[in-house]
Amino acid sequence: MPQVTLTVNGKQHTVEVEGRTLLVELLREKLGLTGTHVGCDTSQCGACVVHVDGISVKSCTQLALQADGTDVITIEGLAEADGTLHPMQEMFREHHALQCGFCTPGMVMTAIDLVQSHPGGLSEKEIREGLEGNLCRCTGYHNIVKAIAAAHPLMHAKAAE
Amino acid sequence: MGFEGIGASVRRKEDVRFLSGKGNYTDDINRPGQLYAVIKRSDRPHATINNIDVAAASSAPGVVRVFVGADMAAESIGGLPCGWQIHSKDGSPMAEPPHPVLAVGKVRHVGDPVAVVIAESKQAAKNAAELIDVDYTDLPAVANLTDAVAGGAVEVHDGVAGNLCYDWVIGDKAVVDGVFANAAHVVKLDLVNNRLIPNAMEPRVALGDFDTSSGDFTLYTTSQNPHVIRLLMGAFVLHIPENKLRVVAPDVGGGFGSKIYHYAEEAIVTWAAGKVRRPVKWTADRSESFMSDAHGRDHVSTAEMALDAEGHFLGLRITTLANMGAYLSTFAPAVPTYLYATLLAGVYKTPVIYCNVKAVFTNTVPVDAYRGAGRPEATFLLERLVDVIAHDTGIDRVELRRKNFIPADAFPYQTPVALQYDSGDYQTTLRVALANADWNGFEARRTAAKDRGKLRGIGISTYLEACGIAPSAVVGSLGARAGLYEVAEIRVHPTGSVTVFTGTHSHGQGHETTLAQLVVSQLGVPFDQVEVVHGDTAKIPFGMGTYGSRSLAVGGSAMVKAMDKVIAKGKKIAAHLMEAAVEDIEFKDNVFSVAGTDKSKTLTDISLAAYVPHNYPIEELEPGLDETAFYDPKNFTFPGGCHIAEIEIDPDTGVVEMVNFTAVDDVGRVVNPMIVEGQVQGGVAQGIGQALLESAIYDPSGQLLSGSFMDYTMPRANDIPNMSVATENTMCTHNPLGSKGCGEVGAIGSPPAVINAVVDALKDYGVRHLDMPATGAKLWSIIQAATPRMAAE
Repeated sequence: MPQVTLTVNGKQHTVEVEGRTLLVELLREKLGLTGTHVGCDTSQCGACVVHVDGISVKSCTQLALQADGTDVITIEGLAEADGTLHPMQEMFREHHALQCGFCTPGMVMTAIDLVQSHPGGLSEKEIREGLEGNLCRCTGYHNIVKAIAAAHPLMHAKAAE
Repeated sequence: MGFEGIGASVRRKEDVRFLSGKGNYTDDINRPGQLYAVIKRSDRPHATINNIDVAAASSAPGVVRVFVGADMAAESIGGLPCGWQIHSKDGSPMAEPPHPVLAVGKVRHVGDPVAVVIAESKQAAKNAAELIDVDYTDLPAVANLTDAVAGGAVEVHDGVAGNLCYDWVIGDKAVVDGVFANAAHVVKLDLVNNRLIPNAMEPRVALGDFDTSSGDFTLYTTSQNPHVIRLLMGAFVLHIPENKLRVVAPDVGGGFGSKIYHYAEEAIVTWAAGKVRRPVKWTADRSESFMSDAHGRDHVSTAEMALDAEGHFLGLRITTLANMGAYLSTFAPAVPTYLYATLLAGVYKTPVIYCNVKAVFTNTVPVDAYRGAGRPEATFLLERLVDVIAHDTGIDRVELRRKNFIPADAFPYQTPVALQYDSGDYQTTLRVALANADWNGFEARRTAAKDRGKLRGIGISTYLEACGIAPSAVVGSLGARAGLYEVAEIRVHPTGSVTVFTGTHSHGQGHETTLAQLVVSQLGVPFDQVEVVHGDTAKIPFGMGTYGSRSLAVGGSAMVKAMDKVIAKGKKIAAHLMEAAVEDIEFKDNVFSVAGTDKSKTLTDISLAAYVPHNYPIEELEPGLDETAFYDPKNFTFPGGCHIAEIEIDPDTGVVEMVNFTAVDDVGRVVNPMIVEGQVQGGVAQGIGQALLESAIYDPSGQLLSGSFMDYTMPRANDIPNMSVATENTMCTHNPLGSKGCGEVGAIGSPPAVINAVVDALKDYGVRHLDMPATGAKLWSIIQAATPRMAAE
């Protein structure tokens, strides 16, 4: 079986995978990182979003082999070593932007990329359009939009430090 | 640390876990030596199974076993039971055809399980399932209600004539007909409540485990009610006694009703684990969820209201066809009867009501309770009918509602359809909603929209629902085969911290937070010293689970009752320790004190004495401080309120934009306002989904056309507006918390508000009624058809 070498949350792994193994299967089944979820089989729901080389990617839509040599961050890799939450995680908690928690990892990873790629600010409409690829069945999105808007200045202030 | 008791928007205990990727969902659990199950499902809507050839699959790489229906039948494995029995108007019990776990003889819907492959990997099982050769003879199929009840329609189940499960009535037809005969006006409306697919974001998963040393079975499953699954599967399907069967429902990623029911896959993996003596896991693909999770709604109704000359409602007459799908799911028969027809008084003092419901089998996925379950169907029918009455009679739609409301001083109010409402104030929720939505300023906004080329509409819905399910004796008399009480155990530990064991189940509702807040308020224990445990039959005494907005009203009440027992025992211990009479002991904010003195003991002093009983009234009291209570509610609870939707239609595309949504709900006592608002927002989004986007579509042959997220339109962030959510609460009078429930109100009140707004926007186009979903294509066609006529006028 072919091997793939990649860095996940700062730690390098070399894993044997089948050619058809998806990145999400590698993360969940080979590395035990079950924070990344699978909610559909048509690349619609976004529960599986992770960052590959800093860009949000649906890990159900990328082969594990394609991730060879990349730097992957999953929901497990966001908080600081002492447990301090990432500002996006903190704002999701503060604004009750999650209920069952299943879509949350993908939603948070998408939201972080959205904020990072809009340093000049994000309107409510831009946030809603930016969440096109992420489904949530619990919250009605209202508080997710609020949380992302609140995280934007915190993240950019932190980046400026 | 601020106030963390009842009424505080405490941030949720469960969130750090979920936000860090440390949730423990069923698919995250793996057992040593685990095998994987893949289910071969019927691709035919209706067919005879002539033969199932599993030879190639059985010898495929990695395959351990392949099972078919005959293997289960050979061991007398029972069919999936139905939890409710309805009787037809002639007194006969409903038709209750067998629901085999794996199909035997025939398949009856696309997705019906035919065989299961157990293999070393999911991929191996998938590959082998492709090798199973099922020889079918196709049969004609019926997918929709009107086809299924037409003369000469094929029978979904042999011997179930006319595909009729039951023909049920409530009310006196002769009396209602008499009222109609003498009415000044009669307004009639035909309407459809569209079929929905719940689509909790976590697909269903079941993992069966068998302990070869003890002979014990464990099922890990995505369930809203693990004890109910243990009871149904153990007693009726697999014949495993409760002491040998543990059911665990860990973190569950949304349910909305679809994870209440006992599903075939739970029985398959548990049974198969025993056969192969290794753990067996099944995880649904989303496509599989579409054709195996119970669907919701799917009614076709005719509604008529008799009115006097001033617009007072005199009588309501309704006939409804309700789709059961191919088999009876756990709660299915109750949904269009006791959760629907009993709600048809709504918030109105309509004196007489008659409703006839025919439940019908079709070659479709079973239909069962989905967020609101029967109440959204009743509310959509009533609130559309009221708007159509306003349209036909020219009476203002708000005035029409006001003049027919049950007044706030009329409670308790006995409706003509069995329910007795305990409290409510519909004029107030209406008044506040009208103000919050700036109803009076709407015509200016309509004009401004028109100037931009948009058609703007506003719609209102004044609704009521029944939840806090349910008094056992009442539902028993109505056909329920179980009680619907709830159970709580309050364990005060030796050093004063508390663990709550609740029979309710949290799958997004935030019970670990809300229920802890009850302990903060009742026992004065700090929030961070309270742990809530749910979802495991090995830990929790018993429970009926979470659905019907019952967790706080019923489960919370059980907790209050158990905490009352803790306090009562604590007072006896305190009286002994402080050498006082029990009657003189007071308890407040974690402290037992002797009235009129400065003597006091904390709850921790008392719990320590209870577990280290060196100085203890041991002759009279057992050691320990751990109390259990079963609470059976005295009545349903009756949340209600007013929802207002404001929309704009682009006439060039027909697409509806949700501009504003205002909800003012009466949910009784609110424990955590932040969580209540979230529940309402989520429910409203599902209601908007039903009204504008979602619909499960079968073609006439019974193929599910909307079978993936590519085809079934889920609401996305851009489809849902910012919402104004508020409460104006009256207290429930019959439970100790005063809480009514908030889980379903959003999905119940919102669909008619949205459709009423769409119809309002199209009032110049001759639209009197529209069925859901109001898609762009549907509205564009209406606008196109009407435009030449309007131009000619």
